[in-house]
Amino acid sequence: MSESDNVLEVKNLNAWFGNFHAVKNVSNNYSRKSITAIIGPSGCGKSTYLRCLNRIHEEVPGARLSGEALLLGQNIFAPNVDPVELRRHIGMVFQKPNPFPALSIFDNVVIGLKLQGEKRKDVLMEAAQKCLKKAALWDEVKEKLQKQGTSLSGGQQQRLCIARALAVNPPVLLMDEPTSALDPIASAKIEELMQTLKEEYTVIVVTHNMQQAARVADFTSFLMLGELIEHGPSEVIFTNPKKTKTEDYITGRFG
Amino acid sequence: MNYKWRKLRNKFFIISLSLAAAICLTPLILVTSFILQKGASSLDLNFFTQLPAPVGDVGGGMMHAILGTIYMVALGSLIAVPLGIIGGIYLSEFGKGGISKSLRIATDVMTGIPSIIIGIFAYILLVVPFKTFSALSGAFALSLIILPVVIRSSEEILKLVPNHIREAGLALGLPRWKVILFIIVRGNLSALFTGVMLAVARASGETAPLLFTAFGNMYLSSSPMEPMASLPVQIYTYAISPFEDWQRQSWAGAFVLIMLVIGVNLGARAILNPSAIKEFFKRS
Repeated sequence: MSESDNVLEVKNLNAWFGNFHAVKNVSNNYSRKSITAIIGPSGCGKSTYLRCLNRIHEEVPGARLSGEALLLGQNIFAPNVDPVELRRHIGMVFQKPNPFPALSIFDNVVIGLKLQGEKRKDVLMEAAQKCLKKAALWDEVKEKLQKQGTSLSGGQQQRLCIARALAVNPPVLLMDEPTSALDPIASAKIEELMQTLKEEYTVIVVTHNMQQAARVADFTSFLMLGELIEHGPSEVIFTNPKKTKTEDYITGRFG
Repeated sequence: MNYKWRKLRNKFFIISLSLAAAICLTPLILVTSFILQKGASSLDLNFFTQLPAPVGDVGGGMMHAILGTIYMVALGSLIAVPLGIIGGIYLSEFGKGGISKSLRIATDVMTGIPSIIIGIFAYILLVVPFKTFSALSGAFALSLIILPVVIRSSEEILKLVPNHIREAGLALGLPRWKVILFIIVRGNLSALFTGVMLAVARASGETAPLLFTAFGNMYLSSSPMEPMASLPVQIYTYAISPFEDWQRQSWAGAFVLIMLVIGVNLGARAILNPSAIKEFFKRS
């Protein structure tokens, strides 16, 4: 496969909560080693859309979805696909830093592998070191791997959560407003980190922060009322959008 | 003027709240200090190492009752705690349907049942058919005291875990049962344990369910199918007896019972979470 191949192709994705139609017929492609930002006003369905892509959406009572999403050519919504297995290929980072309670920093990172049955200490240690380095946290925690994950600062916790998601080695990483609970300095670190993650992973990030989208994302999607209004390279979306709705939103005329 | 008034009001509320807290603490302090005073002075080593002396003789101890209480509370906990935690997990993690509604109502009702009635229930179920008072029936009665408290406390504790923690576990590609068991439950063991300890402490002091199940005994017994002494029943028997020495020992028994509950609580916390013990002493 060439570098520009699509890792994830979403076709006609619809999502509902009960009778509420939250995501309407969204289609989009995500290419290997790119960052795509999803922006849009609150309640436009961007988080729901993201949560469909690792099928966490279905865990909410009354939620359902339709459509197709091809991960490396395979439809992840197909009836024979086990969502548990799928989620090992599509990782997720949440809005609030959420290290697991009462687990050490080390255990937080490797818990995915551990609970999947990996018992060899050296393999776990190697994975922890690799992922913490990738998450730009290693230098800050290497002396205290046995301390509780919750003892870290908010920004460190979020990077710990990124390391945790990377440990199961998913080619695609979903991030749901990963910096909205962090201060500007911690946010900048996460943004910097996203740039390095791009070298290996396909990142899809939901953000409320348009500057952030413009800074980090190669592509930007604009969602409104559950519909994908416009998608394109970030520089086009933010300087020369084709749709007036997009322009109104990014220039701050509503939203 | 306005600021002064606000400060005054603030002071008034702080003082009245402190007063209310003090009033709440007064009976607790009075009871504990009274028992400490009366009990500690009647306590000696024999109390822990000897069986009751024959009526009329001075001395003897309550070793059999201390061990009996530990025996039956442990056995009762063994029955009720795993069941209760499983029930609590069910209510918190899957508790949406009709079954959980009825389970919740049932546990609430069970918490409110007078303990003497639980004793009668155990009597009919385990004493009548075997035609003997037994430690087993006592432990069973205690387990019925422990069960609903553990169910509800476990449920409330696990419900406090924010949902995005569960989602983070699922997002790692872990099946739900592993997320619940190894992340949610394991992450909150010490809180769950506190709930369990509250229930166990309550059961340790119950007299009524043991009166006609374990009944009581003046000898050391280790068979679950024989009557067994327990501290609360022994305290009761001795306290209403006409012998001064027995009444004195009753105080000692009350003292030991309180110490037992506190000791088990602190000891188990220390094993589970050493820092909690430091916190406990820092707070007090």
